Amino acid sequence: MRVVIAEDLFLLRDGLIRLLEAYGFEVAAAVAGGADFIAAVRAGRPDVAVVDVRLPPTFTDEGLRAALDARREVPGLPVLVLSQYVEQLYARELLADGAGAVGYLLKDRVLDGDQFTDAVRRVAGGGTVMDPEVIARLLARNAAAQSPLSRLSPREREVLGLMAEGRSNAAIAARLVVTERAVAKHTAAIFAKLDLQPSDDDNRRVLAVLAYLGR
Amino acid sequence: MTTAASRPAVRGPGMRRGVGGGLLALARAVGFVGPLLAGAALLAAVAGPPALTALGLGRLIGNLVSHGIGTGNDTPRDLLAALIGVGCCRFVLPAALLAIRRLAMLTRHLSARWCGVPVASAYAPRPAGPGRLGYQQRMSWLLGDEGTWRDLAWLAVNAAAGPVLLLVPATLAGTGVVAFLIPALGSLAPFSGLQRLVPPPPFPGNTPLVLAIIGLAFAALGLWSGPWLLRGYGGLARLVLAPSGQAELELRVRHLAQTRRETLDTGAAELRRIERDLHDGAQARLVAMGLTLDAAGRLIDTDPAAARALLIEARDASAKALAELRDLVRGIHPPVLADRGLADALRALALDSPLRVRVTGSLDGRPPAPVESAAYFAVSELLANVAKHAGAHAAEVDMRHSSGNLRISVSDDGAGGADPRRGTGLRGVERRLAAFDGVLAVSSPAGGPTVVTMEVPCALS
Repeated sequence: MRVVIAEDLFLLRDGLIRLLEAYGFEVAAAVAGGADFIAAVRAGRPDVAVVDVRLPPTFTDEGLRAALDARREVPGLPVLVLSQYVEQLYARELLADGAGAVGYLLKDRVLDGDQFTDAVRRVAGGGTVMDPEVIARLLARNAAAQSPLSRLSPREREVLGLMAEGRSNAAIAARLVVTERAVAKHTAAIFAKLDLQPSDDDNRRVLAVLAYLGR
Repeated sequence: MTTAASRPAVRGPGMRRGVGGGLLALARAVGFVGPLLAGAALLAAVAGPPALTALGLGRLIGNLVSHGIGTGNDTPRDLLAALIGVGCCRFVLPAALLAIRRLAMLTRHLSARWCGVPVASAYAPRPAGPGRLGYQQRMSWLLGDEGTWRDLAWLAVNAAAGPVLLLVPATLAGTGVVAFLIPALGSLAPFSGLQRLVPPPPFPGNTPLVLAIIGLAFAALGLWSGPWLLRGYGGLARLVLAPSGQAELELRVRHLAQTRRETLDTGAAELRRIERDLHDGAQARLVAMGLTLDAAGRLIDTDPAAARALLIEARDASAKALAELRDLVRGIHPPVLADRGLADALRALALDSPLRVRVTGSLDGRPPAPVESAAYFAVSELLANVAKHAGAHAAEVDMRHSSGNLRISVSDDGAGGADPRRGTGLRGVERRLAAFDGVLAVSSPAGGPTVVTMEVPCALS
């Protein structure tokens, strides 16, 4: 699997290259700026791109804008955006086109190689991966008493959180140590309680949940 | 001295022409008589006690000098007068001076509303400090203020010139009406008594027609001159009551010194907090991580399993340190604010709030960074207040920039009754904005809705 990396800090860039190569990815290009990134995407046609939000020359949200630009140029280009901070505002912008194949994770998640590379693979496969912190804040925001969320059981809420992070039924089952059938029952109940259209497509399901939470 | 306040009055929108405008001016002029009388009474209350004291003491001393101790018959009376005078100075004077100040503020208000002549005010702020002021502090605050003396001068000027300016038009108009009506009414039987009561003026040719013409002329003169004299009255008030440029500058300097001190204090406290957070948080975790890694290094050959557990522990500690640093940075300068500016930062804030927050309005540029930051934290504090205290379900943040002012309002559908003097939160926001000459206005009637509006003068870039 071919990856393009955009990260301005040398140590982190180097670390990312080594980590991804250790897990069998092929790093097509590793660049330090937004403009270079778009050029590398054009030239390399990677399967997935990993981009830091803050890049030179502005050191603001250059990376996010470059990622969105690259996706406009190469529709459906899988992009995983890394950041020192997660902002719901940015998550919304990444999700806005509804095409999926996006990820938004805290840089800390790189520390767990297994989980991080799993996230890269899921994004490359067209999935949506949201950082647990984004989800936690979305859930907190919806915690008010009259929200339909209060009708969910604690277990269903747990499943909803994992689902919103972008995990498949199988992954949720493995995480909660239950059968996939049990997870499927929970998700069906959640969709019924929240008045959402059930869907077999994992990614469409994630987007529906995120849209619901982000209303 | 030429100041903004003492510029000659020009005809403004406050002045209406015609009979209606004339009548309105007459009514307003008569309305000014109330404050005038109250002012005269207060002037007596202020001037009386010192005068009484001086009179009593003067007579006592005069007696002493000319006759020796205990000889004058009037000694007890003079002594009593002096004591009453001193007592009044002690207890009546401060209250009377403050009442005069309120009266002067009322006059300024009415001058703007009724005469179309706005009059600025500049009083020294009440000395800071908890609790009631002592007599000495109070008097030195009041008497050391140029504004107090302006108020007193106004009372004197008003008592002397006010009646002329205020009552001449009304008297003219009144005389005119009487001259017009009396002969006319006199011809009607039921009112014939009036003619005996107010006999027609004894001059040749005083037919009802002549009287009516004279009456009309008087009334017209009164109605015509009413608005002008009212405006003149406002101008006089401005001449006496408006602060001098020097007084305004002194107040400005005092305000700047105070806000600068508060800003520095806040900054220093903030730095101490950051230092403490780093020391107790990320720094401590990094030390612990170093120790764990060191232990893992020693164990790696003899007990690889234990070393592995320690390495995982070190990784978790680094994640916690990162999380703490993240929170710290968010509190110093939120990343979205740096990335996108105030408008998007407020939208991000709204998304993070547990309430449903709608963000409306927009900005065509970015305010200076310190203003952005102050406004951001102010809105953050206000939204946190709403979530904590107001019992609200929804809030709205509106921002706009017009005529050199950044204006942001935060409203909620909660219970209302927010008092800026009770909560330290609102006071802190106010202090933070004051450093930029910003102001905060709170409207929170019981039952809601609460609207807090902040305004900071600044340019967008």
